[in-house]
Order: sequence, then structure tokens, then C-alpha cells
Amino acid sequence: MLDKFLWVGFPYIALALAVVVSILRFTWKPFSYSSLSSQFLENKQLFWGSGLWHWGILWVLTGHLVAFLIPRQILAWNSAPFRLYLLETSGLIMALLALVGVVALMVRRGSSSRVKAVTSTMDWVLLCLLLLQVTTGIDTALRYRWGSSWYASNAVPYLWSLLLLSPRPELIQPLPWLPKIHILSGFSLILIIPFTRLVHFLVVPISYYWRKPQVVIWNRKGLR
Amino acid sequence: MDIRSQIAMVFHLDKCIGCHTCSIACKNVWTDRKGADYMWWNNVETKPGTGYPTKWEDQNEYKGGWIIKNGKLELRLTSKGKFLQKIFYQPDLPTMDEYYEPWTYRYEDLFTAPETDDQPTAIPISKVTGEYIDIEAGPNWDDDLGGSALYARNDPNLEAMTEEQRLQLLSIETLVMFYLPRICNHCANPACVAACPSGAIYKRGEDGIVLVNQNVCRGWRYCVSACPYKKVFYNWSTGKSEKCLLCYPRVETGQAPACFHSCVGRIRYMGVLLYDADKIQEAGVRPDEELVTAHREMLMDPFDPAVIEAAKKNGVTEQIIKAAQNSPVYKFVKEWGLALAPHPEFRTFPSLFYVPALGPVTYSVENGVALNPTSADEIFAPLDQARLPMSYLASLFGAGQEAPVRYAMKKMMAIRTWKRAVTVGDVDMQVALDGLREADCTTEQAEAIYRLTSLCNYEDRFVIPPSHREQAVEVLTNPLEKKGAAGFGFREQPVRGA
Ligand code: HEM
Ligand code: SF4
Ligand code: SF4
Repeated sequence: MLDKFLWVGFPYIALALAVVVSILRFTWKPFSYSSLSSQFLENKQLFWGSGLWHWGILWVLTGHLVAFLIPRQILAWNSAPFRLYLLETSGLIMALLALVGVVALMVRRGSSSRVKAVTSTMDWVLLCLLLLQVTTGIDTALRYRWGSSWYASNAVPYLWSLLLLSPRPELIQPLPWLPKIHILSGFSLILIIPFTRLVHFLVVPISYYWRKPQVVIWNRKGLR
Repeated sequence: MDIRSQIAMVFHLDKCIGCHTCSIACKNVWTDRKGADYMWWNNVETKPGTGYPTKWEDQNEYKGGWIIKNGKLELRLTSKGKFLQKIFYQPDLPTMDEYYEPWTYRYEDLFTAPETDDQPTAIPISKVTGEYIDIEAGPNWDDDLGGSALYARNDPNLEAMTEEQRLQLLSIETLVMFYLPRICNHCANPACVAACPSGAIYKRGEDGIVLVNQNVCRGWRYCVSACPYKKVFYNWSTGKSEKCLLCYPRVETGQAPACFHSCVGRIRYMGVLLYDADKIQEAGVRPDEELVTAHREMLMDPFDPAVIEAAKKNGVTEQIIKAAQNSPVYKFVKEWGLALAPHPEFRTFPSLFYVPALGPVTYSVENGVALNPTSADEIFAPLDQARLPMSYLASLFGAGQEAPVRYAMKKMMAIRTWKRAVTVGDVDMQVALDGLREADCTTEQAEAIYRLTSLCNYEDRFVIPPSHREQAVEVLTNPLEKKGAAGFGFREQPVRGA
């Protein structure tokens, strides 16, 4: 029963809430969507925190996404030891960058009095969850070799089974508790997206690539 | 021809007394809120000085404005290809320290302090942290050259001057200063708009006012860095950018903006300019020495039938065209050549122009009596003996070119002399008339300039066509609902997102 909830119910609740509430928040409270940057108040520590965190985590997430999309090719790639080590090491380095980054962000939030003035409880919840997520991820990678292979062979089919609405929790049940926590906190992070500043990555402004440099809006015509 | 109408401005610096009334008017109406507390959409700087935020003119540091790259205009800050590199951390963003940390005083202490031998004091506390703060800077820390060893000496415009001139400018016997009130220029080629990755900043088609859509802004802060005048501000509490909105609810109803209306020296003028938006790109890549001319060529003659027809095609109403024909700004900028845009080399084509300050005019004095000029040359001689070197003003208003500044100054000197000949009569009339001719000014023009400078009423200074009712935002919503909210346009309280 608990297993069913943890590996089927909870993920669905998290995903559903993330999608629905994000859309509702975007529709009803667009003003609340912001990066909530605090660089204006403190920028020296942020350089290390935000830079390392974002570059690290975005590569790690890209890795997760690529293996999610093409698990077979990843397994094939990993069949040669050299390529396996290359993938594992680069993944580990990126994760370590993210770890240093998130720790730096936490130190910063705790130490700069100006940043404290704009820190909410949810900011702390988020940073703690992110720290948990990154540490359990790194720990899993170090303990249970080779993560990139069994992620592709076990976890990815599980994620696809969720996506295709025929969940197979039995793929997760036999895993050790460490990767289990990693998966749970991952879904928790998805769950809290719409309740935290995490919404900022849903509005990454890629439209900049194609929009015209000047924006002119006519009240009269309601035109751009 | 793509003729658009732009609500434009002239500030006559000779009349500015540096009283900061404009700043306070704006603060009271718009920025007396948490997160906006440090913002001065209108500020008045003492020049020479480093300004607010400190050294805003130094684009090597802040990377604002436009540069020419491969014959095309490009933002100095970033480009489509590179903007994501700076998104997690903005290396060019000024921080609160470059402005100042807003503070208040703990006034309650005056009443609640326990009884002791000492008087209770109200200690300064930061408006950000609420903690005690050792005040080190304020928005006008160098007012009237206060602390000029630190501030005036670091004015970026001094680079245009020789070492000797610099020493002279800063030595106590020959000190000189003037005031520079600044608001957003509502540029024709705004760098803030072009830099915003979210496309949240826009220029209004009807009147060219540049606004930030608070619902679309995501706090990426490119606008703050890209504006070379540092007139977009980051609200540290809401996580959104804000800027001068030219009091558009007032302008739409034909009233002067708060800072304009409250100006004690009556230095501010507002009127319509018709400009050809098709010319922006081409004008923007002209070399520095042609920029002032290129900008003026963009501003079209509101009496030209071809211009009127093109304007109408763009939906510019009869009423606006009429206002453009009556525009004090058009006269100062284009007809008379007296008003100049600040730092044209930033290439944003400001819609705010300054009549440079003539400053103290040095006449030669003999036996305690001022000697009046005996030839046209003598009228203009003080220009080159002035304490404020022409090269300084050229750096501020001429993209380094002295000619346009000198033209304006000469005209003003000639008019002064001529007016003295007319009213006091101690200057030889022929000399005065020679002066006018040399300054490229007829007596009719001189009279008109004199009137619009010295005897101007509200209606002369502000020729603002009210919007057609169906276009005005304020008629669509009840303004009282907006009290304490984020502004006109939407009604939510400006609370920080989670
Ligand atoms: C391409 C996507 C992303 C962009 C453009 C982006 C951009 C930003 C920006 C501009 C900030 C504000 C930094 C400042 O204070 O100036 C920020 C903060 C933050 N971002 Fe991202 N981000 C992205 C993706 C992510 C992802 C995927 C995560 C987490 C999984 C994340 C987590 C955070 C956190 C936790 C903060 C707060 C840092 C603090 O404590 O101040 N971001 N992000
Ligand atoms: S002066 Fe105003 S319109 Fe011009 S770039 Fe700056 S903020 Fe934008
Ligand atoms: S025009 Fe209005 S918003 Fe802009 S600086 Fe003046 S008072 Fe402030």
C-alpha cells in the first residue's frame, strides 16, 4: 500500500499539481512569476552560488533528460569502459559544481542580512530539498555503480511507465533506500515548483531569439 | 516614411535652481513603497559629479547603450547569440551600493527610550534590513559639489578635458557647477526595450512613452544594465523592474507630469515631436560628429504636408498634429538649435533635450563697472574664458563635438546682449545686432526665445494633446482602486512571489 502511494500516487499528485497550479498561477497571478533575483542586494557570493549551481544543475538535468529520451543509446555508449568513465566523471563533476553552488547559495542566504530580508520560508524549503536531491544523487552515483547504466535500464522504464499511464512500481521497489530518497525528493521538487520561486525556469525567455529588437504597442489597435 | 508622434521634453538648465522639488513630487506619487524606496525616477545631479547611480555615464563599466558592429547597431551589453551567458548572474548590473541603501530613523525611540541622563536619539536604520546602518551614501551625496574631491573629480566627462583644465575646474577659486535633472528619456531607440529578454518593456505607439509591463517582467534585469542613463530600476522587493512612466495617466488627460508641474524654476517643457521611425537605424550608425544632426533630421517638420499625410496614415490624430505644430520642444530643438540630447553617443535617441547652462558670464570689469561689449567678437569672448570648459559640455551634450554646444551658447549670449540693448540700453544696438547675426538668429527669433524662456506660462510650456478618450487607460478603470497597488493597468497588490 505504502509502496503504491510512494511510487504511483505521489508522483501523479506531484505532476498534476505542478502542471495545474503552475498554469493557474500563471493565469491569475502573472505578477508573481519572477526570478526574484537578489543580485541587486548582494552580488559577490551570488556569482559563485548562482553560477556554479545553475551550470551544474542544468547539465545534470540535461543528462537525466537525454537518458530518459534515448536509454538504449546510453546503454550502448556505456558498453565501452572508457566512454562509461567519461560519462560518469563528467556527470559527477557537474553534480559537484551544483553541490558547491547550492551550499554557497545557502551560506549566502544565511549570512547576508540584506538577502535575509527578502528570504521566505519557501526559499529555505526549496534550498534544503535541492541540497538533499543533489547529495543523494551524488551519493547514489558513488555507491551504486554505475548509475548512468541502471538509471537507463531501471529508472527510465519506470518514468516512462508513469508517463504512459501504466505505472510499474515494481521497478523501483527493489532499489536501495538511497536512490529511493532521490526519486522521492525529485517528485517533491516537482510538486513544489508552483509554490516556490522555481517557476522561474518555466518562463525562461527563449522568445528573445526570435522577437524584434523594438517592441511597440498601440493602445488603440491593441496591436504590437 | 513611418511618422510617429512622441511626447518629448526640454529642460532649460539655466533656470534650474537645484531645489529637488521634482524629485520629491515623483517620489510622493510613485516610489514611496517598499522595494522602490531607493529609486529616484527623477533625480537632480550636480555637475561635475559622479551622479546617481555613481558614474552612470561610464559605459566601460556598465555596458549600457548601443555600439556599431559590422555597420549595424548592437547593444553593448549583449546580443541574441550571447544573452543566456549572463542570465544566471549579471556581471554588469549595478548593485544597491552603487545607488545607496535606503534608510529611515527609529523615531519611536524618542518616545520610548528609558529615562537617562542623555537625550534619546533616533538612530538611522536600513529600510532593507531594519538594522542600524552607518550612512555612507545617499542619492545626492555630492549635492552642490559636496565631497567634490571624491565625486566631482571622478566625473567621467572630465576625460574629455586637458589636465590643466581639470585642475582649474576643481580648484576652489574657480569652482563651477550646474544642475542636471534627469528622468527617463523615453528614447526613440530604447536600449532597455531591446535588451529585455521577456519583451516586457515596450514603447507606446500613440505617444512613445516607454513602460514596463509588470505582469510580463521576470526580473532578468537586462534593462537595468542596458539603459545607459540608468533609468530602469530593480525593485528588490517585488523582483520586477520599474521606471518613470512619464505620469501617463496625467499626460493622457493633457496634464503635465508631476515633476514637470511642480518644477519651481519652470525649466521643463513638454510637447509633441513627429519623427520618422524609418530613419532610426540609419541615423544610429552615423559617426559621433554627425549624431546631433542625424537626430535632428529624424524629427520632421509638422507643417510639411507630406509629413502630415504620413502621420495621419499611422493614426496620428489632427489634434496631435496641431500640438506638434505648437510644440515648444520642436522649437527649442529643431527650429532654434538650442536644446541637445544628453550623451547622444549612447545612440538611444532620447526624447529629452537640455538647453545647456550658460553659467556665470564673465564680463571684463574696470573700476567696478562691467564693460559692455564693443564688438560682436567681444560678446562671445566669455565663452572661451568660461570656467566650465566647452569640452566638458561637449562631452555631456555633443558626443564630444563642441560645435552644436557652441552654437546654442552663442545664440543665448547674443540674445542676452541684444535684450540688454533693448531694455537697459547700455549696449550699442549695432553691436547687439551684429551679435545676433553672427549667432544665426533674427530679432523675431530672439524675441520668441526670450519669451518662451523667461515669460512662459503653463500653456506655453506644456502643449500636451489629451488622448482620445477611448485610448486613455484611466477612463477604463477606476483610479481609486489603484491606490497602494502596483500602478495603473492592473489591480493586484505588488506582493513578492513565493
Ligand atoms: C535555464 C533555466 C534557468 C534560468 C535562466 C535560471 C535563472 C535564475 C536567475 C536569474 C536566478 C536569480 C539569481 C539572482 O538572485 O540574481 C535564479 C535563482 C535560482 N534558481 Fe534558477 N534558473 C534556471 C533554472 C533553474 C533550475 C532548473 C533550478 C533548480 C532545479 C533553479 C534553481 C534556482 C534557485 C534555487 C534559485 C535561488 C537562488 C538563491 O538562493 O538566491 N534554476 N535562477
Ligand atoms: S532612458 Fe528610458 S527609454 Fe531610454 S534606454 Fe533608459 S529607460 Fe529606456
Ligand atoms: S514624469 Fe512622472 S514618473 Fe517620470 S520622473 Fe516625472 S514625476 Fe516621476
